[in-house]
Amino acid sequence: MSDASANQKGVSVRVRGLRKSFNGQTVLHGIDLDVASGEIFVIMGPSGSGKSVLLKHIIGLEDPDQGEILVEGEPIQSDTVREKYRLAMVFQSGALLNSLTVGENVGLFLSEHRLKPQREIDRIVSEKLELVGLQGLESRSPSELSGGMKKRAAIARALAMEPQLILYDEPTSELDPLMAVTISEEILHLKQRMHVTSIVVSHDRDLAFSVADRMAMIHQGKILAVGLPADVKKNSDPLIQKFLTAEFTPEKMMP
Amino acid sequence: MFQNIGEIVVLFWKTLQALPRTFRQRRKVFEQLFEIGNASLLMVCILSLFIGGVVALVSGPVLAERGLSTYIGGLVGLSMCKELAPVMMAVLIAGRIGSAMAAEIGSMRVYQEIDALRTMNINPVDYLVLPRLVAISLALPVLVVFSILIGWLGGAVVSTTNHRIGVPFQSFFSNLRQMIELGDVFNGFIKSCAFAVVIGIVSCHQGLQTIGGPRGIGRSVTKAVVNSIVLIVILDYFLTRLLLFLDL
Repeated sequence: MSDASANQKGVSVRVRGLRKSFNGQTVLHGIDLDVASGEIFVIMGPSGSGKSVLLKHIIGLEDPDQGEILVEGEPIQSDTVREKYRLAMVFQSGALLNSLTVGENVGLFLSEHRLKPQREIDRIVSEKLELVGLQGLESRSPSELSGGMKKRAAIARALAMEPQLILYDEPTSELDPLMAVTISEEILHLKQRMHVTSIVVSHDRDLAFSVADRMAMIHQGKILAVGLPADVKKNSDPLIQKFLTAEFTPEKMMP
Repeated sequence: MFQNIGEIVVLFWKTLQALPRTFRQRRKVFEQLFEIGNASLLMVCILSLFIGGVVALVSGPVLAERGLSTYIGGLVGLSMCKELAPVMMAVLIAGRIGSAMAAEIGSMRVYQEIDALRTMNINPVDYLVLPRLVAISLALPVLVVFSILIGWLGGAVVSTTNHRIGVPFQSFFSNLRQMIELGDVFNGFIKSCAFAVVIGIVSCHQGLQTIGGPRGIGRSVTKAVVNSIVLIVILDYFLTRLLLFLDL
């Protein structure tokens, strides 16, 4: 893992004919996607539509039954991709290591790969934690944090990697509106500062339409639409319109 | 079952390949060593003292009836060295440490911590399995030697204080010195090294295979302990035959 990779721009991602079944049930039906270098690509869709499974395939945590995922033209499952490019993922649950402190979690990538001296790692950890509003919590255990704080610490951990591709699984769930705005801003800052490629899975329509360069709507493992946010918004597919315009109106509940 | 055995062998091979990188994981090895020692030392002392005592209590009167009570030291000594200390300590460590390994790694698997490691290009074998296997392989033989010494002491105390045996402390250890050779202690040492590898690999493998929630973790812990004990007993038979063949 070379430190030089941090200076490279974001990577492109290409998904071709991706199919996946679990216990005979098909979850992804031949997904095709192209995400350009430095782009923020948002994947939206209802629960159980296969968004998180797609994300796990893109980062290489799942092996496809059919199809391929290419990062800069190289299969994600090849040994060289992770050596050449820095890929990070923010899990929905945070997935912080409970045996480590928050600070150790955030600096884990840098310390395990010995990319910086410890003093420099401590400085980066403090900086990233401050960015997500968790300054001074380095020595806390993850079990002492709320769900939202864990999510923010996980985002700080991903940011500390200075990744070239960062995947967010529901980055604003469990966060208050102010913190959701901060995270949205940070996704945009990362793109501006480092030209990071970001793939965001979210239900949050505000987040999706505010950060996306392009977006895809997925339903029951199939892509319904891909394009600019404005184009997806105008798409006449009733499933898309239902998802994008769903609102709770208490008046309708009145007798 | 055969798939499990195959996966265990593959995991063991991957861990062996990672061995040159042990120095990088030294902090985790020390943490695990402390965990194993801290969690087990008192139990090892109590268990060994009473095992040695029971062996003396059961065999002493029988030997005394036949006028062979002076051999009690050698009998307790050999039993502890060659069989009881390595097997009983391995069973104890499988229950105490193997279960903890399976639970910790299983919980990390269920709560996506291992996935998080993989996304950071951190090899779970290097990070999780290697330090645990190295630590248990260092700790169990030491605990077994400790257990042998405490077991002898337990046997000596019972032989001295039980009126049906009535062998003085000095006679007990004098006979033990005559009958026990360094090779006998080495015998137990070799067995304990093999058992440590079995416990470490089986427990880590079971942890890595965990699926589901808390129930899945519980299932993995049970499997890790049961499979380790079964393998220890089977391996004990074949190792004993091998060591007899090699005259150790």
